[in-house]
Amino acid sequence: MHPLLAIKHLNKTFTMHILQGKIIEALVDVNFEVAQGEIIGLTGKSGSGKSSLMKCIYRTYLSDGGNINYHSNDGIVDLVALNDYEILHLRKTEINYCSQFLSVIPRVTALQVVAQPLLKKGIESVIANEKAMHILNSLGLPEALWSGFPVTFSGGEQQRINVARAIIDPPKLLLIDEPTASLDPTTKDVVIEMLLGLKKQGTTIVCISHDDYTLDHLVNRRIHLEKGIIIN
Amino acid sequence: MKHNSENWLLKVEGLTKIYGTANANSIEKTGPLFDSNICPETNAIVACADINFELFPGEVLGIVGESGSGKSTIVKMLYFDMEHADGTVLFNKAPYIGKNILKESNQSKRAIRNHLMGMVYQNPRDGLNFKFTSGGNIAEKLIMAGNYHVGTIRDKATNLLEKTEVPVLRLDDLPAHFSGGMQQRVQISKAIANHPPLLFLDEVTTGLDVSVQAKVLDLIRELQQELGIAMIVVSHDLSVIRMLTDRTLVMKNGRIVEQGLTDQILQDPQHPYTQLLVSSIL
Repeated sequence: MHPLLAIKHLNKTFTMHILQGKIIEALVDVNFEVAQGEIIGLTGKSGSGKSSLMKCIYRTYLSDGGNINYHSNDGIVDLVALNDYEILHLRKTEINYCSQFLSVIPRVTALQVVAQPLLKKGIESVIANEKAMHILNSLGLPEALWSGFPVTFSGGEQQRINVARAIIDPPKLLLIDEPTASLDPTTKDVVIEMLLGLKKQGTTIVCISHDDYTLDHLVNRRIHLEKGIIIN
Repeated sequence: MKHNSENWLLKVEGLTKIYGTANANSIEKTGPLFDSNICPETNAIVACADINFELFPGEVLGIVGESGSGKSTIVKMLYFDMEHADGTVLFNKAPYIGKNILKESNQSKRAIRNHLMGMVYQNPRDGLNFKFTSGGNIAEKLIMAGNYHVGTIRDKATNLLEKTEVPVLRLDDLPAHFSGGMQQRVQISKAIANHPPLLFLDEVTTGLDVSVQAKVLDLIRELQQELGIAMIVVSHDLSVIRMLTDRTLVMKNGRIVEQGLTDQILQDPQHPYTQLLVSSIL
């Protein structure tokens, strides 16, 4: 069986034109594979290239050479080479990225933020809202906050909304950055359980984490980065 | 639905607008490399040159760049507010398929505007007739698009105002008596009255206070999701672009210097100008 992701000789450099063309090497010859249904933990110090790697997969960053072969529903494609529209299509249907920080949309309530991925797919709002409420409930977000605006919420509350939004419509590939960073131990366990639940439904997950507890209980395998290089 | 690269709604090729007398070097000797859009030989102003892009049905495309970079010029040419443009613009809607709409007769251009396009300007005075009531303004667009029954027009105008959260009680009031945000929402109602497949938004939130800005952006997002209109959003405000668009063109001195996915443009900008622009976000 083909791996879901096969990354070959991936490089990423940043050329900072406003700093007299200074070049920063973020990723150097990165190679690894992720099997279908696997959960990979990306580890390494801040600045080691974990987020860069994830953003190259999601194509928020443009890679400099190499391939990211992804086994999509329409066959194997190279995420480095696909055009913008094909990437947008995959983002809509198969690949989801959940950043560390919630990017809030003004005037949209917590419940709506979480329900949105379903609404966008044309699912009825009653059903979408019910599902959103169920997830927020499991994550222990007080009901009083559901109709509030997330911009005013605490870090942990925002993070739970972010995670809820990412998992309400399980993607084929989930890229998730620090899903448990600012959560208390109980909520952390709930999030880990939910991600394991996604895995059971067939979602493959690449997860950045600094937290050994999360890594121990969640991931199948760790990939450790140092200065943009994978260290075994 | 998988992406079909032949399925574009609008295809722009070599779109160029020059004011004054150009010579053979005017385009070659202007642009970002020269940090100028004024021809050093003839003083002609190259408002924009060699603009190429495609827009797909339901896509929201952003155009960013500093004042004078040519972003508004592009939408004004596409909406025929500005005449004598060079280049080809193909609009994949019957009966215009395969034709360069820039070269159509004035009558056809009016028909395209009335039936297939909508425009929201920065200044509501450009999009609304301040001598007409808000209802009258919407009626104007509906009549031009071929609706003549007064009852139907009034019903449609009422629906549109409801949709854009303008109190229906003010259907017969003059826009001059409205707040800026409300004028903008009436303008949006008018622009979408004919159910256009293509809507242009030119700096629509500039000059509005933040709460009103959020309300207008929210409305645009909702309409886009509900009606699936393709949009070209011109703005110098990168947060507006981030919130509304999937892809973005970056303009400088009348040229496109970079285009790509909006999150890529904002987080991994390639062109020196885009890097400067992104690093200037507050």
